[in-house]
Amino acid sequence: MKLLEVKNLTKAFGGLKAVNNVSFTVEKGEILGLIGPNGSGKTTTFNCINQFYPITSGDILFKGKSISALKTYEICKLGIGRTFQVVKPLARMTVLENVTASAFCRVASIKGAKEVASEVLQFCNLWKDKDKLAKSLPIGGRKRLEIARALATRPDLLLLDETAAGLNPSELDEAIDLIIKMRESGITILIVEHIMKVIMTISDRIHAINFGQTIAEGTPEQVANNPAVIEAYLGEEYAQG
Amino acid sequence: MKKNVILAILGIVFLAFPLVIKSDYYQHLIIIALMWVVIGSSWNLLAGYTGQVSFGHAIFFGIGAYTAGILFSKLGISPWWGMLAGGISAMLIGLFVGWVCFRLRGPYFALATLAGGEIFRLIATNWESLTEGMVGILIIPSFESKLPYYYIALLLAAGCIFAIHLIMQSKWGYYFVSIRENQDAAESLGINTTLYKNVSLLVSSLFTGMAGAFYMNYMGFIDPQVVFSLHYISIMSILVGIVGGVATIMGPAVGAFVMVGVQETFRSAFFGMAPQWISEAHALVFGLLVIFVIMFLANGIVGDWGKIKRNVFRIKASS
Ligand SMILES: Nc1ncnc2c1ncn2[C@@H]1O[C@H](COP(=O)(O)OP(=O)(O)OP(=O)(O)O)[C@@H](O)[C@H]1O
Ligand SMILES: [Mg+2]
Repeated sequence: MKLLEVKNLTKAFGGLKAVNNVSFTVEKGEILGLIGPNGSGKTTTFNCINQFYPITSGDILFKGKSISALKTYEICKLGIGRTFQVVKPLARMTVLENVTASAFCRVASIKGAKEVASEVLQFCNLWKDKDKLAKSLPIGGRKRLEIARALATRPDLLLLDETAAGLNPSELDEAIDLIIKMRESGITILIVEHIMKVIMTISDRIHAINFGQTIAEGTPEQVANNPAVIEAYLGEEYAQG
Repeated sequence: MKKNVILAILGIVFLAFPLVIKSDYYQHLIIIALMWVVIGSSWNLLAGYTGQVSFGHAIFFGIGAYTAGILFSKLGISPWWGMLAGGISAMLIGLFVGWVCFRLRGPYFALATLAGGEIFRLIATNWESLTEGMVGILIIPSFESKLPYYYIALLLAAGCIFAIHLIMQSKWGYYFVSIRENQDAAESLGINTTLYKNVSLLVSSLFTGMAGAFYMNYMGFIDPQVVFSLHYISIMSILVGIVGGVATIMGPAVGAFVMVGVQETFRSAFFGMAPQWISEAHALVFGLLVIFVIMFLANGIVGDWGKIKRNVFRIKASS
C-alpha cells in the first residue's frame, strides 16, 4: 500500500528550484532512504511534505489524500512525524517535558501524556536523562530527543533528517538499532542520511537526487552502482577522501 | 509539604491583614498591590510562559475599566456585574488583538501591541459620546469601607494565580511553553500554535480586564491617560513580571508587591522623610531597578531565589 506519494514536487526559492519535479512513493512498512549531496534538496523535500514550506507545484498524498493544503500541525495529527536536521529542542524544558508536550498530540490527559512520554523515552534510551534540561544534552542526546518527540506523536510515517550525523561510532550503532526497532514497531520511515553505512544497511529502497532532481531509484545495491549516483554523490566522497 | 505550610501562613496573613491593620492608607496599598498581582500574573502567562511579550496590556486593563464604567454610568448596571463584563469584553478585544498581532513574531509582536495600546488610548480619548473623553468617567463607589474591596481583590488575585497554576500543569501549559521555546518545533509536533497563542492571550486579557473593572469600581474614577497608560499600566505590567520573575507562578505576585512598594516609596518621597523632588525621580528609579534586575537577577526575585539566598543571606540553597 502506498502510504506517501510525492508527485512532481517542485519548490522554488526565488529563481532557485531547490526541488525540481521530484516524484517518489513510500510503501507502508518500508524504510526508504533519500540521498543526495549537500544542498541537493533533501531537507527541502521534508519541509514540503509537512508543509513547513508551502510547495510551489506538484502534490503530496498521504494515505491517498492530498495534504498539500494542510497546516503543519494538521499533518502531524494525520500521522506524519519528523525530526529536524538542525535540532530544535525545547531548550528550557526537561527531556520529559519535551516529549510530554508532543504526546498531547494523541492523548488529552496529563497522566496519559506522561505515560506515553515515559514509554517513548525508555524506547529511545533517554529515560535516564528525563529530568535534564533539553539544552544540556550532548548532540547525540539531542538527536535522540528529536526522534523521541516525533515518536510521541504516534506517527505512521516518520521523516528522519540526518539523525545520525555528528554521532560517534557507538552512538551510531545505537541510532541504527533504534531505527530498526521503530520499523519493527510498525512505523514506516523516510530517512535522509549522509552516512553510507547507515543508509545502505537499513534502507529497503533508496531514492537519489541531485540539484533537486531525481537521478536514481532502486535497492541500495542498484543505487550504489548507478553511475549517476557515483558521480554525483560517491564521487564527491572519493574526491574528498 | 513546606510549600503548603507557607501557603497556609500567607493565606492567614492576607485574610487577617485588614482586620489587624486598620489604616486606610496601608489597606489601599495592599489593594493596589493585589490588583497588580492579577495584571502581572496575566501578563506573565502570555509573555513569560507563552513567549509573546506584550507591551500593550493597558489595552485590556482599559477596556475592562471602561466597560464597567460605561455600563454603570450609562445603563446603571451594577459595577460588580461590570467586573464580569469587563473581563469578557477585554477577551473579545483580545481576540481582535490576537488576530492582528499574532501574524507577527517576537519583537514585531511586541511593537504591534505597543502601537495597539496607543491606538486604544486615542480611541478612548476621542470617542467622547461613549467615554466622556479626557473628562473621564466618575462613579460613586459601592462601599465606603475598604474591606469589601480588599477581599474582592484578594479573591481575584488568589483565583488568578490558582487558575494559572492549574493551566500550567495541563496540556495548555505544555503547549504555551513549547511555543515559547520553539514555535517551529511546536507546530511540527502537532501544536496549533496560532490557536494556543490566542488561548493564552484570551486568559490573560480576561483577568487583566477584570482587574481594570475592579480598578474602576474601587477608584471610582478613570480617564484614558490613567487606564490606557503606556507608562503606568503596560510598562508597569512588564516590570512586575521581570522584577518578580517571568515564567514562575509566584514571580509576578512578588513583583507586584515590590513594584507597588517602590512606586509608593518614591511617590511619597520616602513617606515624607526625603525632599519632595525625589518623587519626581520615580521613573528613573524604575529604570535603574530594571537594569539592576537584568544584570544581577536575570530570572527575577523568585526565579533567582536560590542565588539571592546564597549571596545575600549566605544560606546554602536547599535544592
Ligand atoms: N529557506 C530557504 N530559502 C532559500 N533557499 C533555501 C532555503 N532552504 C534551502 N534553500 C536552498 O535550497 C537548496 C537545497 O537545500 P536543502 O537544505 O534542501 O539541501 P539538503 O539536501 O538537505 O542538503 P544537506 O545535505 O546539506 O542537508 C540549497 O541550495 C539551499 O541553499
Ligand atoms: Mg538537509
